[in-house]
Amino acid sequence: MLEVRELRKSFDDLPVLRGVSLKMNKGDVTAVIGPSGGGKTTLLRCINFLEKADSGTLTFDGNTYDLSAISRRDMAAVRMKTGFVFQSFNLFSNKTALQNVTEGLIVARKMPKAQANEIAMAALRRVGLQDRAGHYPSQLSGGQQQRVAIARAMATNPEIIYFDEPTSALDPELIGEVLSAMRDLAHSGMTMLVVTHEMRFARDVSNHVIFMEDGRVVEEGPSADFFAHPQEARTRDFLRTISAEK
Amino acid sequence: MTERIWNILAESFPKILLPGLRMTLPLTVIAFALAMVIAVAVALIQFAHVRVLSPLCRFYIWVIRGTPLLVQLFVVFYGLKAGAHMSPFWAAVLVFSINEGAYCAETMRGALEGVPAGQIEAGYCVGMRYTQIMGRIVLPQALRTAFPSLSNGLISMVKDTSLAANITVAEMFMATQRINARYYEPLALYLEVAAIYLLFSTALTWLQRYGEKRLSRLGGKEARHA
Repeated sequence: MLEVRELRKSFDDLPVLRGVSLKMNKGDVTAVIGPSGGGKTTLLRCINFLEKADSGTLTFDGNTYDLSAISRRDMAAVRMKTGFVFQSFNLFSNKTALQNVTEGLIVARKMPKAQANEIAMAALRRVGLQDRAGHYPSQLSGGQQQRVAIARAMATNPEIIYFDEPTSALDPELIGEVLSAMRDLAHSGMTMLVVTHEMRFARDVSNHVIFMEDGRVVEEGPSADFFAHPQEARTRDFLRTISAEK
Repeated sequence: MTERIWNILAESFPKILLPGLRMTLPLTVIAFALAMVIAVAVALIQFAHVRVLSPLCRFYIWVIRGTPLLVQLFVVFYGLKAGAHMSPFWAAVLVFSINEGAYCAETMRGALEGVPAGQIEAGYCVGMRYTQIMGRIVLPQALRTAFPSLSNGLISMVKDTSLAANITVAEMFMATQRINARYYEPLALYLEVAAIYLLFSTALTWLQRYGEKRLSRLGGKEARHA
C-alpha cells in the first residue's frame, strides 16, 4: 500500500536520512523508534512533502512518485488520502474543535456542511470530545487538543495516518488519553505510521517496529520479535537504555 | 471680549465641522481603505516570498517610510499635477493611502509571521491549498493580531489629514485658518479645531473597541474571556 525507497535528505551539509526504505500493508501499524536526531520525524515529513527530499521514491496507492521532484498536483492528490498528527497539535486557533475537523472536508473536499458536521461529530465522539465541539483550541488541554487533531486526521477517511511523536509535547498525565484514542484507531483497522518514544505503544499496539539511528534503519521486524529478540547490538543498547529510564 | 470669542467659536463651529465631514472624514476613510488593500497585498507578497515582486515591495516600504509625508504630498500635488489632472482631494487620497499602506504592510507582515507555521502545514495535510489556508486560517488570525496597530494608524491618519491643507484641500484645518484670517483669534480657533479632531479620534477609538470585540470571534481568542 505504501512503500518508500532509498529516501535521502540533508539539511545544508548534514545528512539526516541516508537511504531509508520501508514498506507497509493496509492495516499495518508501524512504530518508528530510535534516539532523537535519528531522522524519524524528517522521514515522516518527507513522505508527506512537508520537507523536500533530496532523492527517493514513494509508492502510494499504486502510483510511484519521485520525492525530490513531485508536482504540487500529486502532492495534493496524495495528501487528500493521508492524515497527519503533529507533535505540537497544530490546530487552527481561529476555529472551534468541530471546525478544525470539518475544514478539510468542507474546504478541501467540497463536502456539504451538514454532512461534514455529522462526520466531524462522529470523529469527535470517537475520541471522546463530543461535548467540546464548540471549544476553541485555547480552551482545551493538550491531550484534548491532540485528540481533536486525531479526529481531524481520521475524519477525512484517509488510507493512512502519520503520527509524529504525538505524545511528546504532553504532560505525563495526559499521554494516556491520546494513546487510548490511537489504540482505538489501530484496532479499527486504520493503517498508521507512528514515530514515537512510547515503547509500550510500540510493543502492544503496533505490529511492526522500525528502529532508526543516524538516518538509517538499523533493524526492523514484527513487534513481538523485535522486542523479544533484538538482533543488532545497537538495538539492544537502545532498548536497555529506554527500560533503565522507566 | 469673552462674548466676542464665544460668538466667533459658535459661528465657526459648523464652518469647521462641515469640511470635517465633507473632506477630512471621506479622505481618511477612502485613503485608509485603499491603504489596507495595499497593506494586505504587500504583506502577502512578502510573506510568500514572491519573486521580483517581493523586493519591489521592500523598495516601496523603504522609500515611503524614509521620506516625510508632507514632502510626498508636495511631490505628487505640485510635482506631478501638471501631468496628471488630479484634484487636490484625490492627490491627497493617493498619497495618504500609499503612505499608510507602507506602514500597515509591515504591521500585517509581522502579524502573518506570528501565526505558527505548523498551522499552515496542518492546512496542507488536510488537503487545503495555499490560498485557502491563507484566507481561512492565517489572515483572520493575523488581522486580529494587527488590529490594534492598524487602528492606531487610522487614528493617526485622521490627524495627519490636516497636512492636506498644504496642497489646498479644503479640510478642517484649512477652514480654521481661513476663519482665523478674518477674526484673528488663533488660540481659541485652533483649540476649537483641535477639539473637533479629538472628537473624531475619540469616535474612532470607540469603533476600535467594538471592532476588537467582533474580531476576537474571527481570531478565535474568545477563550480569554471564557
